[in-house]
Amino acid sequence: MVEGSTSTLTTEWVVAWLRESARVVSENRQYLIDLDRAIGDADHGENLDRGFTAVVKKLDDGTHPATPGAVLKLAAMTLMSSVGGAAGPLYGTALLRAATSLGDTEAIGPDDVAGLLTAARDGIVARGKAESGDKTMVDAWTPAAEAAGTAAMAGASVAEVLAAAANAANAGAAATEPLIARKGRASYLGERSAGHLDPGAVSSGLILQAAADAAGAQE
Amino acid sequence: MNVGLVIVSHSSKIAEGICDLAREMAGDVPLVAAGGLDDDSGVPLIGTSFEKVLEAISTADQGAGVVLLTDLGSAVMTAEMALEFIDSDQRLRVRLARAALVEGTVAAAVEAQSGADVDTVTRAAETAIVALDPTELEPFVSHAAAAPGEGGSQSSTDGKPVEAAWELPNPMGLHARPAATLARMMSELDVEVTVNGVDAKSVMLLMSLGLGQGKVLTASAAGPDAQKAIDQIGAEVASGFGEL
Repeated sequence: MVEGSTSTLTTEWVVAWLRESARVVSENRQYLIDLDRAIGDADHGENLDRGFTAVVKKLDDGTHPATPGAVLKLAAMTLMSSVGGAAGPLYGTALLRAATSLGDTEAIGPDDVAGLLTAARDGIVARGKAESGDKTMVDAWTPAAEAAGTAAMAGASVAEVLAAAANAANAGAAATEPLIARKGRASYLGERSAGHLDPGAVSSGLILQAAADAAGAQE
Repeated sequence: MNVGLVIVSHSSKIAEGICDLAREMAGDVPLVAAGGLDDDSGVPLIGTSFEKVLEAISTADQGAGVVLLTDLGSAVMTAEMALEFIDSDQRLRVRLARAALVEGTVAAAVEAQSGADVDTVTRAAETAIVALDPTELEPFVSHAAAAPGEGGSQSSTDGKPVEAAWELPNPMGLHARPAATLARMMSELDVEVTVNGVDAKSVMLLMSLGLGQGKVLTASAAGPDAQKAIDQIGAEVASGFGEL
């Protein structure tokens, strides 16, 4: 784990985060498909797996951009062109906004982590026009961004900030089960959407957990 | 130079099918399908592609602008993303319509065919009605016998609507082009006007009446330009919408 609040993350963390995201999405591909089959169109696992596989391919293609922001932007553009479903523009916007919040920063501190997660959350809200409690990705990202902000303010390390965000995202995802969907394909089901986890919130938890694991593994 | 349309759908078949449908009524309008998603090996998948939408916008834009029409959820989001990425000059002439895909596209295409600008085409798409009550389409016209072929009208000095009825003389009746012409003429007037009970400023509603040759068109207008509206409709009908 990262020691102390002075430690920072670099481009290598972003690359490791994206690779770990691809790994956990692929590992949970069928799980996400099954969740989405219950209340959606059964494509979330397949779409995300295709998208992150394309991202890894771009990273494997040789030289990736130097800064964390530029790598996030590359990933965003790749997801937008390869995912196909709503997750494409949503995760694409999230990573683009995260990239913008970092600018040319090369060393990401705890406040930067909280800032990029908040920017990503705001991007998802702007793109999907969903609010908390609508049974969407927002229900994972909003608690994650808030937990990250609180942890950073309290002087936590980057790894601790990311761990707080991941825990909050996973708890938020679990809390979508009783909700009635008000956005996305599941909203067509109305009350029948209650009793199922939201696939987008679950994948958001996986991806934020990947971010935390990548930071823990980096040191 | 006509406004172009981009159809963004999860399915390439839906996007292409709608373009085919609209093309029948709008041969000069650039209609570009941006449907589905191709995987690495070119296999078509259900989904929407940011790249396809960007390409379609550049193909459809001949300089007069582009209206995007979308189906569900991610199609809207993908279209919004594309709008954020096109250059700011082009952005000024591109619109994303909030419209029913099939009805909106047909209405927009007919409007674009008539040479309307991008905002007018967008409005045509957005005012196209989704659900029509079939009983309203062929209303019982109780006074039809009073004026077939004549165009008898009454004045409107006391605020009562001006009404008139005519029999359609041209073989094609009130098809897409005349519907677009009428709707545009009425939109330019300060008037509330209906034709056979539907809003005469709506291309789609006029077309949905399905008024063929020999059918009676009854117009009712109220407002400052009421008489002008009735006169203009009467002149159009009498000339068979320029087709006689």
